Amino acid sequence: MSARILCLGLVLVFAASYAMAQVGGEKRRSGYQDMGEALQKMQDDDTANPGMLFVQLGGQLWAKPAGAENKSCADCHGAAANSMKGVATRYPAIPHGADRPVDLEGRINLCRTENQKAERLPPENRDLLALEAYVAHQSRGMPIAPPYGPLLDAFRAQGEGIYRRRQGQLNLSCAICHDDNAGKKLAGIAIPEAHPTGYPIYRLEWQTLGSLKRRLRNCLVGIRAEAWPLDAPEYVALELYLMERAKGLPLETPAVRP
Amino acid sequence: MRILLVIALLLTACPVAAQPVTPQIVDDAIPASLTGRPGDAARGRAIVANRSTGLCLLCHSGPIAEERFQGDIAPSLAGAGSRWSEGQLRLRIVDGSRLNADTIMPAYYRTGGLQRVARAFEGKTILSAAQVEDVVAYLVTLKD
Repeated sequence: MSARILCLGLVLVFAASYAMAQVGGEKRRSGYQDMGEALQKMQDDDTANPGMLFVQLGGQLWAKPAGAENKSCADCHGAAANSMKGVATRYPAIPHGADRPVDLEGRINLCRTENQKAERLPPENRDLLALEAYVAHQSRGMPIAPPYGPLLDAFRAQGEGIYRRRQGQLNLSCAICHDDNAGKKLAGIAIPEAHPTGYPIYRLEWQTLGSLKRRLRNCLVGIRAEAWPLDAPEYVALELYLMERAKGLPLETPAVRP
Repeated sequence: MRILLVIALLLTACPVAAQPVTPQIVDDAIPASLTGRPGDAARGRAIVANRSTGLCLLCHSGPIAEERFQGDIAPSLAGAGSRWSEGQLRLRIVDGSRLNADTIMPAYYRTGGLQRVARAFEGKTILSAAQVEDVVAYLVTLKD
């Protein structure tokens, strides 16, 4: 009898918590919600979040003159807390006069080559990740708000096509795991919904900060597909589609993930 | 002379990265062994347990207690040997899409119909014919 009451109680508690989780109709889950409490605390505590070291470094680089023009980011953009607020929620985007979208790291490199007359920073370069983390951190807590337009929409559609196409020796698509089987366990670990809410992220597996592109390449390697070259437009197209899927979810940069 | 003979024998026994043989499908099964010989169940168990060879436990769970991190995307392998015959298991491993075009299970012994395969794996099957037979030999032992 008492077991039956306990059961009923559990069902009620479950139903109530489920109903609360549905408040606002938000069913999408950030990877944050699926990690353990210890990691959530690590991300939330700026003194424990290793990504904050990169944000700090990014803040220093923001004010440091670079390139033949000897200009710093701050010389043009002023205080990032004002000028960069919300910017990361709108990337990838198409720069003025350009014919293809760039992601945030692409935008930072454009500023370097065009305005600072400095060298491009290579992918996964520490300073590039630090600057990107610093800029994106200014939007922490703000909802992802992708821009639209015919050209951008075309690239986004290309990204969705890539997301849904099977590829690699294992013949899997992004959608098979991250839409159809999200939440189920792959080798004992819950498959996330693949919302890029916290990039660049500090991944414990990497023991460093890394870009969304690096994460996408991890998945490509996993399904034994040929990874595109690092400067390939396919990554930006995929990023555009992923940001659309994650539209409205709050940005967490710098996120911590296992 | 005898040493040469031994070397020659060893060489012919070595697996060659050969084109996969075309297995004969009868109804929903491949009745005949891909190698003409029965597989080895103990080797098959090791392949199933190995995350980078068989990859099985990424999606399936199975009665392999020492592997703690197993998947729940696909049905448990426990009892597979009572649910399916040897030939049915063989076809499901070789190319499950012959039975269900939408299956997410990779075809372990097929090289065609794939896109953007990484160069290191191009033209190669996930398992060799002998490995498929070893896995089949293991799975038929999973009666409960």
